[in-house]
Amino acid sequence: MRAVLTPTNLQELFSMLEQYPAALPIAGGTDLLVLLRQNGLRDRRPLLSLAEIQELQGIREKGGTLSIGAASTFSRIIADPLIAEHAPLLARAASTIGGPAIRNMATLGGNICTASPAGDSLTPLHVLAAKVEIASPAAKRIMPIEHFIVGPGRTALREGEILTRILLPRYASFPDYGFEKIGRRRAMAIAVTSFAGLVRRAADGTIETARFAWGSVGPTVVRIPSLEQALVGAKLDADYLCQVAQIVASRVAPISDVRATADYRRMLAANLTVRFLEGLLD
Amino acid sequence: MPIRFELNGLPTDIDCAADRRVIDLLREDLGLFGTKEGCGTGECGACTILVGGEARLACLMLAAQLAGRQVTTVEGMTHTPDGAVLAQAFVEEGAVQCGFCTPGMQMAALAMLRQNANPSREAIREGLSGNLCRCTGYVKIIAAVQRAARDISDERRA
Ligand SMILES: Cc1cc2nc3c(=O)[nH]c(=O)nc-3n(C[C@H](O)[C@H](O)[C@H](O)COP(=O)(O)OP(=O)(O)OC[C@H]3O[C@@H](n4cnc5c(N)ncnc54)[C@H](O)[C@@H]3O)c2cc1C
Ligand code: FES
Ligand code: FES
Repeated sequence: MRAVLTPTNLQELFSMLEQYPAALPIAGGTDLLVLLRQNGLRDRRPLLSLAEIQELQGIREKGGTLSIGAASTFSRIIADPLIAEHAPLLARAASTIGGPAIRNMATLGGNICTASPAGDSLTPLHVLAAKVEIASPAAKRIMPIEHFIVGPGRTALREGEILTRILLPRYASFPDYGFEKIGRRRAMAIAVTSFAGLVRRAADGTIETARFAWGSVGPTVVRIPSLEQALVGAKLDADYLCQVAQIVASRVAPISDVRATADYRRMLAANLTVRFLEGLLD
Repeated sequence: MPIRFELNGLPTDIDCAADRRVIDLLREDLGLFGTKEGCGTGECGACTILVGGEARLACLMLAAQLAGRQVTTVEGMTHTPDGAVLAQAFVEEGAVQCGFCTPGMQMAALAMLRQNANPSREAIREGLSGNLCRCTGYVKIIAAVQRAARDISDERRA
């Protein structure tokens, strides 16, 4: 049997972590409990539940920043009016995660800390320029999401640290946004490839700002800054989209695995991007 | 570890390992066999229960996480007015074959109907998207939930 500790505030959490340094934080448990079951009975590390800690809950806006508690479930995020106003892209991606019961349990912080290349919140968080707030008993640090996730399943969290909040700049009005995910079953599916895009256009239709991110086509989320720069001032037409597709296909770095081949993923990454941009043409 | 929670409307005190899975607690310790275990990994929805009125998966919850919460299983559902209508709708539409997925389907449907009393077909499909059925092909299950939504609102109006 393993102990389950349930602190009710951060201070209590840190003193428990000090006492049990090997304890594993558990938020929704939808990744962790599956993993621990695979590990079998030898693993007896205590669990440290994050569910009752107020400081890790809630979504609020302060001084131009949207602050999301790490233990917010995806259901809360989808239903939240501030998210709908400032980060609808995140809500859209969240609504593709698992089925309703999974979304009632799974948290944004858990999705980030799992750091799966297929984590569906990660591409939106990258294009939304999210930062994460990390706390230890001694200090707090804030870093961009792309520095926090360092590899598949690997984050910049140090021993004794907890991811406390996710910070998004107030939505600087991106009227065009899209999230697309291709998997093998609609609910539950681990994405074979995913795409998130934000675009703002001028009155004449030319692109002012474009941000794209792709999931499951590299060890971490893939961005192509040179493409984003090239798109500034561009007018979209069929020829242009063809070029974009070629650039995307040549710049993503997928691997082949049991779910799909690298070539198929490359094609999907390009096609999802083109599909999104085509949607802006009509 | 002693745990106090409310189960199907009744205050319940148990003493069990903190990390006991809720599915095992319900079936093995409390003898409530309605909740089923299909996959044990969150994929099939057979173990769906309501916690605080929200659908959750009993195979991915630990006993300690129930402390202070209100839990409803399929056994409790059939004693609520809406739950009884829902169960009857499954019978009338022939939405049950082997029946293994049925309790989970009904709990997911009940949670959805509480949020959306008049769901479209698409909303029902979405509401049940975490639940697998190996037998029916889903058509009759969706019809049953549509019928339940109608019958529940008829009953409210009456
Ligand atoms: C059936 C099923 C379907 C799924 N479908 C999808 C899907 O479509 N898309 C998708 O992206 N994912 C999916 N997942 C994976 C999973 O649900 C998500 O990654 C989820 O967001 C994890 O959150 P959690 O709160 O359950 O994490 P947990 O399992 O509680 O924790 C995950 C890891 O993060 C650590 N952790 C959690 N919170 C913190 C914190 N605040 N500080 C420090 N460490 C922390 C834990 O110690 C653990 O190592 C699915 C899982 C299942 C079982
Ligand atoms: S047994 Fe819980 S989801 Fe399959
Ligand atoms: S009726 Fe057999 S699994 Fe659904």
